[in-house]
Parts: sequence; structure tokens; C-alpha cells
Amino acid sequence: MAKISLNMITQRSVEEGAAMEKGKLNPDYFVACSVCEMNPEDMKKAGIWKNSNVRVTSECGSVIVKAIEPTQYVPPGLAHIRQGVWANQIVPPRTQSTGTPQYSGFPVTIEPAFNERIKGVLELVQGAVGMWKGGN
Amino acid sequence: MPKLITQVGCPYCGSSCDDIEVLVSDDGTKILEVHNACIIGTNLFFHANDSTRPMLPRMRQPDGSMKEISFEEAVDWTAKTLLAAKKPLIYGFGSTNCEGMSAVGRVAEKSGAVLDNCASICHGPSFLAIFDNGYPSCTLGEVKNRADVVVFWGCNPMHAHPRHTSRYSIFPRGFFTQKGQMQRTIISIDPRQTDTAKLADIHYMLDQGHDYELFDAFRTVLRGHDIPDVVAGCKKEDIIRGATAMKKARFVMIFFGMGCTHTDGRNHNIDIAISLTRDLNSYTKASIMAMRGHYNIAGPGQVWSWQFGFPYCIDLSKGTHAHMNPGETSSIDLAMRDEVDCFVNVGTDAGAHWPIDAVKHVKKHPFITIDPNYCMASEISDLHIPVRIAGVDEGGVVYRMDNVPIQFKAVLKGLSGVPSDEELFDMIYERMCQLTKTEPVWLAAKEDRKYPVKV
Repeated sequence: MAKISLNMITQRSVEEGAAMEKGKLNPDYFVACSVCEMNPEDMKKAGIWKNSNVRVTSECGSVIVKAIEPTQYVPPGLAHIRQGVWANQIVPPRTQSTGTPQYSGFPVTIEPAFNERIKGVLELVQGAVGMWKGGN
Repeated sequence: MPKLITQVGCPYCGSSCDDIEVLVSDDGTKILEVHNACIIGTNLFFHANDSTRPMLPRMRQPDGSMKEISFEEAVDWTAKTLLAAKKPLIYGFGSTNCEGMSAVGRVAEKSGAVLDNCASICHGPSFLAIFDNGYPSCTLGEVKNRADVVVFWGCNPMHAHPRHTSRYSIFPRGFFTQKGQMQRTIISIDPRQTDTAKLADIHYMLDQGHDYELFDAFRTVLRGHDIPDVVAGCKKEDIIRGATAMKKARFVMIFFGMGCTHTDGRNHNIDIAISLTRDLNSYTKASIMAMRGHYNIAGPGQVWSWQFGFPYCIDLSKGTHAHMNPGETSSIDLAMRDEVDCFVNVGTDAGAHWPIDAVKHVKKHPFITIDPNYCMASEISDLHIPVRIAGVDEGGVVYRMDNVPIQFKAVLKGLSGVPSDEELFDMIYERMCQLTKTEPVWLAAKEDRKYPVKV
């Protein structure tokens, strides 16, 4: 399958903020944050259909999210995941000795993952620290 | 009769809107309507109605489940865990009041902890730049009344600070800006065409991560020198147009956000922005401001500067002297180097908003969450202690993004038996003093304390 290398940023959106204040366990939070926005040209290059699942991989991990057309224009070469549990699965913790991780501007590869499932918040966070009791 | 409470503060973003009106039920326990707030603030107030909010601390059991315990047990466990740890990390404080921040200072000093706030993963680099280069800033009223060129550099207030543009920066008609938006030139600098960029007169769609070059080009043009035809993906003539607009302005206001602090260069993006502001003051009046995130994330910077002399990343493990060196004493760096052996998450959600690698590191040790709601941190912690929500069922002082203190109100009756952050930290401090058989010097010095009741 095709793969594409893009520059990833993680930023705010009002949908994310509004959902977070309803609670991170609220379904709205899942809908608002488990998405990756990228330019339609880049989606075409990698054979990604809009609103289908993709695997985003960085130097420190990977996560399954839904590829959507940008809600705010994203130029070719750039990808955006809204800040939150999904984005932070792949944010590199390197801080350039300032205490602030590389939340924006890190390389990722994105590939189609049509048959993969997007994990929920608890599964991701509790799974990462070995506490997840639910099924797969 | 439901009661309409006016001039309520919204405990969400750094705009700290204090013109919210809330309609509260007869018995003062439910919010019925919220006026003036944006959708995020509205959701926040309504979420406080949630009948499933935790009312008792919950302790992780050997089988992995959570069991409710009393506040006395939770305070005792926290005090003992903090005293047993060689180097605890107390982190958070974006979302609590200044009284709580002051109270935690006493606990951190007693336990020899590292005390850090969300600035270290947010506007910490701005602090580093301010240490280097100064902070020529102003209050938001100055912007409203005077600014005729407003620059949004790497920030997207339409999404992150939804009422910022209508309260302070673009739309309001001020004393010397009576034509409102028509009188202002709006410049947006962002690699995406954000909803803020759509409002702008000039949008620089720069290459992501090349802010430093663009700042450099603006400074070079301002000083009358030539620049290459394209800098950071922006055309020379556009840069000259923007620089000329700034030079001719009566009052230039630069707002900057995570586009500068989270990307390559970190603090250096900010220090050159401050240099640009200082340069501009040779021709006109210019001012710069960090778009602080939470409603009271400026608070710990203020409170801990008065207490310890440092705004964040404060290492109190020496016992007699505070030490600060972000990169060494910041939460993420300490976590990644496994240098802390106890983690306390207060008024934030490290579980969701830290890179997952850092979460895995702190999770190896006792993990305590102090938060009014269920969040990712509470769901992976060993102990979750609920507190009242500052700005909703607990009042207090908060600092807006321009460091203007605002008195927030309590609009709801707090859940019965649930303490505020301040009361909880005072209880923990007192318990630590009992366990170490020392005098609670700070409680005695604190004349207006709420807990314990004065004899």
C-alpha cells in the first residue's frame, strides 16, 4: 500500500475544546479528536479515501485515526491532528532542553488502514500503561 | 425563583471572560442557562450539573478497581506518599485558583518536591525568552482602545480563545478605535488558513517551522536592508507590505501562541518576536502578548514568583533554596529521565495531554490525581481526590493572559463534603507536619485560612 511522509502539527479546535468540557469519556470527544486533517492532494497520493481510517506513525509510535478533509485549509505536505489523547500517542517527547515536547512539526508517515479500528480514550491511555481490562 | 447571577467569570481559556450571566435553580445546585459564554464555556458550566461527579476520593485496589475512601484516609495516604518519596513531582495548576496554588507551595516545600505548572508544556518557552529579552507588553484594554495593527502569530483565537477577538482584539470599538474592525489591520501568520486567518487583511501562509526566518526578515526590512525574494515561503513584497503597515501603525499589537512555542526553536521564536517588538518601538508603539491557555495559567507564574522567585520548574528538593532550570527541572524532562518517584496531577490532565512516553514513565511510581472530574489522569491514578471546581462552585482570584487579576465567583453550592484545592492542600500540609512532628509554620502565619478552623 502507498505511504506518504508528511509534517505533523497538533493544534486546538473549538470542537475539541467543547467536547473536552463535556468530559473526555463523552462520545463527542472521540468524534472531535480521533481525526487527521490533510490536503486532498496528499490523500490522493497515498490512496486514502476521505473519512476512512489511516495509520499515522511517528518516531515514537503509531495511532489509528480517521482521515478527513481539512476543516481549515491545510497546504500539501502538512497534516494536523487535534490535540488530545490520539495526537499524544505519536508526539515525540523531545524538548530541546526547554521542557516543551515537539507538539508541532515532527515527521510522520500516513498509510491507509481501512480495516483497522480506532481505539477509545481509555483503551489508548490505560493500554499504554498496562491497565486496560477491556477486550480488543 | 431561579436566580440570575451576573459578572460571572468563565474558567476555561486565558481570555477569562468576566461578563458571563448564569441562571441558577432555586436551591443553588443546578445551572439552567448560561448567557454570553462561548460554546466551550457553556459546556463547562453545564458539565458541573453532572450528577455523576465524584464526591469521595477513590483508591486503586490490588485487583485494579477503584474503591471509595474517606477524605481523611486520602489526605493521610497523600501525606505519607509525599514524605516517603525522594523527589515527588507536583504538576498542573492551569485550572485552579491562586489560593490553591499558594497552598500547594507549602506542601511542595514540606515534601522537597519539584513544583511545575502547565506552562512547561505550553508558554514555558515564552518565559525563557522573557528572561533573555524582556516583555514589552500591555493589558487587553490597551489593545481594545488603541491597537490599529493586530498580529496573530502562530495562534488561532477563533478556536482556542473564542471570544478574544470580540472582546479585545478585532471587533470592539474602543476609545481611540471607534470604527472597530474597520480601523484595524489584521495580520495572521500561520501555515494553515485558519478561521482567524480568514478574518485577516494579510495572511502569511509560511512554511511550518520557519517562523524564525520570517521574524528575521521583518526585522531586516524594518532596519532598511534587503531580503531574499522568498523567505519561509512568503514573498518579499508581502513582507515589505506587512512591515510597512506595522511601521506606519499608531499601535501595533503582536499576539503569539503555540505555533511559536511548540515548534523548532521554541524560546528563540519568542525572543526574536520580542526583539521585533522592541525594534518597532523606534518608529511607533508596539506591544507583545502571549496567548496564555487556561484561565489561570498566569496565576502560578505570579504566585510562585512571589513565593519562590521562579514561575515554573521549581526544584525545592534542597529544602532551603529553590532552583529552576527548565530542561533539567521541567516535568517532561524529569519524567523522561526517570528522575521522579511520585507524581501528583492537580487541575490538569497529564494522562491526555502529555506525550504518552512521558505518561508511561511517571506511571511507574505512585500517581495521585486531584481533579473535580473524571479524566485520563484520574483513570490511571492510584488515588483520585475530587475537589470543588474553581469558578463554578468555588470562588477565587485568577490571572488573565495579561496578568490582570480577576475575582471569580462561586455560582453553585459546592458538593457537600468536597473541599476546595486550598482546603485540601492545607489538610495535607497539616498532616505532613503531624507525621514529621514539626510546627505548621505556614498555617499559623495564614490568618484567613479556611482549614483547619482557628481555635
